Amino acid sequence: MFKVLTSLLRQDKRFLFGFIVMVILLAGGALAGFSPHDPRLWSVVPRDLPPSSKYWLGTNSMGQDVFWQALWAIRNSLVMAVIAVVSSRIIAVAAGLLAGYRGGLIDRVLMTVTDSFVILPLLPILILITSIFKSRLSVTSLGILLGIFGWAWDARVIRSQVLSLREREFTYTAILSGMSTGRIIFREYMPFIFPLITATAMNNMLWAIGMEVTLAVLGLVSLEVPTLGTMIHWAVNSQAMLLGIWWWILTPVVLCVFIFLALYLLSLSINQFLDPRVRVQRLQEIKG
Amino acid sequence: MPFLKRYLLPRIVQYLVVIFIGGTLVFIIPRLMPVDPVQQTLQRITIQGAFLDPRAIEQIRETLLELYGLKGSLMEQYFALWHRLLRGDFGPSYVQFPTPVMTLIKISLPWTVGLLVTTTVLSWTVGNILGGIAAYYSHRRWAQLMENVAMVIRPIPYYIIALALLLLLAYAVPIFPVTGGFSIGRSFVLSWGLVLDILKHAFLPALSLAIVGTATWFMTMRLLVSNLLAEDYIVYAQIAGVQDGEILYNYAIRNAMLPQVTGLTLSLGQIFGGALITETVFSYPGLGTLLYSSINSGDYNLMMGITLLSVVAIATGVLIMDLIYPFLDPRIRYE
Amino acid sequence: MDVLRVEGLKAFYIVESAGEQRAVKAVNDVSLSVRENEVLGIAGESGCGKSTLLKSLLGNIRPPLRHMGGKVTYLQGEREVDILSLGKEERQKLMWQHISYVPQGSLSVLNPVRRIGDTFRSFVGAHLEIKKEPGRFESLVKRHLEDLGLPVDTLKAYPHQLSGGMRQRVTIALATILKPRLILADEPSTALDVVVQRGVIQLLRDIQTEQRNTIVMVTHDMAIHANISDRVAIMYAGRIIEEAPVEQIFMKPLHPYTQYLIGSLPRIGDKSHRISAPGAPPSLVSLPPGCAFHPRCPQAKPICRQEIPALSLAAKEHRVACFLAAKEDADVDSTEAAGSR
Repeated sequence: MFKVLTSLLRQDKRFLFGFIVMVILLAGGALAGFSPHDPRLWSVVPRDLPPSSKYWLGTNSMGQDVFWQALWAIRNSLVMAVIAVVSSRIIAVAAGLLAGYRGGLIDRVLMTVTDSFVILPLLPILILITSIFKSRLSVTSLGILLGIFGWAWDARVIRSQVLSLREREFTYTAILSGMSTGRIIFREYMPFIFPLITATAMNNMLWAIGMEVTLAVLGLVSLEVPTLGTMIHWAVNSQAMLLGIWWWILTPVVLCVFIFLALYLLSLSINQFLDPRVRVQRLQEIKG
Repeated sequence: MPFLKRYLLPRIVQYLVVIFIGGTLVFIIPRLMPVDPVQQTLQRITIQGAFLDPRAIEQIRETLLELYGLKGSLMEQYFALWHRLLRGDFGPSYVQFPTPVMTLIKISLPWTVGLLVTTTVLSWTVGNILGGIAAYYSHRRWAQLMENVAMVIRPIPYYIIALALLLLLAYAVPIFPVTGGFSIGRSFVLSWGLVLDILKHAFLPALSLAIVGTATWFMTMRLLVSNLLAEDYIVYAQIAGVQDGEILYNYAIRNAMLPQVTGLTLSLGQIFGGALITETVFSYPGLGTLLYSSINSGDYNLMMGITLLSVVAIATGVLIMDLIYPFLDPRIRYE
Repeated sequence: MDVLRVEGLKAFYIVESAGEQRAVKAVNDVSLSVRENEVLGIAGESGCGKSTLLKSLLGNIRPPLRHMGGKVTYLQGEREVDILSLGKEERQKLMWQHISYVPQGSLSVLNPVRRIGDTFRSFVGAHLEIKKEPGRFESLVKRHLEDLGLPVDTLKAYPHQLSGGMRQRVTIALATILKPRLILADEPSTALDVVVQRGVIQLLRDIQTEQRNTIVMVTHDMAIHANISDRVAIMYAGRIIEEAPVEQIFMKPLHPYTQYLIGSLPRIGDKSHRISAPGAPPSLVSLPPGCAFHPRCPQAKPICRQEIPALSLAAKEHRVACFLAAKEDADVDSTEAAGSR
């Protein structure tokens, strides 16, 4: 695992870029705890100050320090995305494994449900749900909600991997030697499925953060909690750009662009790493 | 006919399951809502000042329960919902009572469809062609430049691009109108002026959708084609001296098109999302704006109607694509 | 008359792992010549570099494969062309009308979404003016298929609708439609069952008799060489280690590796135990010093571990790269033998 990471970091510039950005953002998010202000309070600092040595990214019209607000936003958005990713991974892995391993009727039923979730227009449905809960939606519950709806495509990916594993020699050997289903799945299949989980996780995280921004911009999440989305929401709704308070709107927008670019490059790079053709070539190199 | 049974039947089942799940979700979700829409409407009526005697109020309540599909047990309500949906009746709007939801949707729909169909078809075509070319000539400098541009645009949230365009081309350099689908006060008599006016208003939203769409299709197509370039039939044709243009079009793009067609239908779902943001950012008078205003006013019947409509539209789109697909891929046609 | 000369050809796969460049020496100093109207067989275990050699002969060298030295010269009458120094367009002009290629594995080499006829059209159209003369292409293809005894209806089919044998015949028809002087075939019968194999090989043989062209046939299957090849070159670890007329190779193999290769073939009436070479072929990344075969060779001598034996004439038309076999004719200069004919 560690070896794969170092070789990716050394070989792929895109991976290196994405990795560095994510490390910086994670560190920033961790620093949010040292914030001198409660991020939910207004009027803790003078309003509308441009960036200075005292307020690194200026202050906004609500009397908040944009720098600390941004750190909180990173932290909350990442926490929300991680919750969404973990919960959707659990559903996707369970559905994919079950459908792929058991096959038959279970597979057909599960895949029909999965395909339905792939096809369903998630945004209107999520809007319908969030508009009911609105301010009661915490970071955790929004994460879980996005997890419940964001698993379908990845379940398909995992299923097709399991299908191909099931046909391989070692599965028969394992079954014939009396290995239990659980052991076969965890001992024999996990090494193949785990990389897929990582690769799909990046894309899913991207989707979750983007969805949060969209819902927040529409005012459909708890607006006191600073996230990338709510920061943009307040800045836009307070006409930050027209009033010339560019540091307020630009900070979350630039952060968004960096997070998205970093996650996208990471997922591109990991997917390429996992590409069977490239993989075979690499294995041959190692063998050679 | 094995084709019917093995190909068509599962897809029709899939179609019905999607609509069933969509309809059920739309049924369950608003019932989790803490507010009683009937009570809300009654309040609105009484606030407007009319004094009504309790018996009349009771009568109105009954009518409202019926209209909102809230009469009887949950099971009865559920069946009543399907019964109404099959007739294309989504009930009245809560806020603009008693205008039917369907009427409101019919007013907004042409705007959205016009904007989305044009931009989607356009960006799908342009993105696929450019992506294919860029993958085939990937070592050229212009191809790498295109790739880098698309790679930066693609992951940026659509909202931010739309906002940036609006700020740039409507506020900073006011070339295009800031909001709306047409100039206020313009008469709707068909004329060149009207067409031009509509096009001018649609330009910025269309541009924002086209930029993001093209970048997305470009990236997927580039990846697909560059994977295909290692395929034996392409290498063979290259060895045989078949011209690059022929290989690019008839070998690479033709084969990469197949997953892209599927992708087109699946992206319809995201397009509905795109329309919502586009239309709110540019105040474009389509379905997205209607949805946005229904969110703000808590008009759940309208939200349900729009959501269900998009479920049905996407499911139907996917089904139609599934029916067309065998004509594109001979391997399925002659299975 | 030679139609193709290969001199000191080196083609390596350059691969990077963990930031380190390594060379897989798939074609390592190969020299050979192909004569007009013969079938030259190239044999060897999988991974010995024979397919890479064929790729290089086609000028189809793309990363990670790299040309590291040597020449591949085609002789067109008086004209000599080094295919590895040609530009892309000139190489494309040479292909199909002069040199043609029958690939290995024929499902994946045909475009799955186009009818066979369309593939013929784009291959022929790349070399002949068929757009301006309506009917020329149709009559050309029809006559060619009839000559080869293939149903003309095949043109309307998609690749996946044809059987494996039919697909291989189609690729052979595709490769020979412009009557090329030279046909390079890469394991054309490997994926097929034995009965179909025979038919495919017979088809190639018939075409060769009919069109009087030259075939370079790469296959690991010695039985096919016995069937079709006039001369056979044996490859081992990227080098040619023996080259002789087919009877010589089968009756009097000189290199110990060839002896194993022939010895492992079943023979009618012979019930004795078949022996194959012990051990496995070496990795092409780190070849053993000296003769690459010495770790598996039962007769290896000290010199075999130190020096690479040159391919030298051991008998008439018979060249071998082995210190054990070539010593009787050690005075024959090997480089002269390689390039003179």
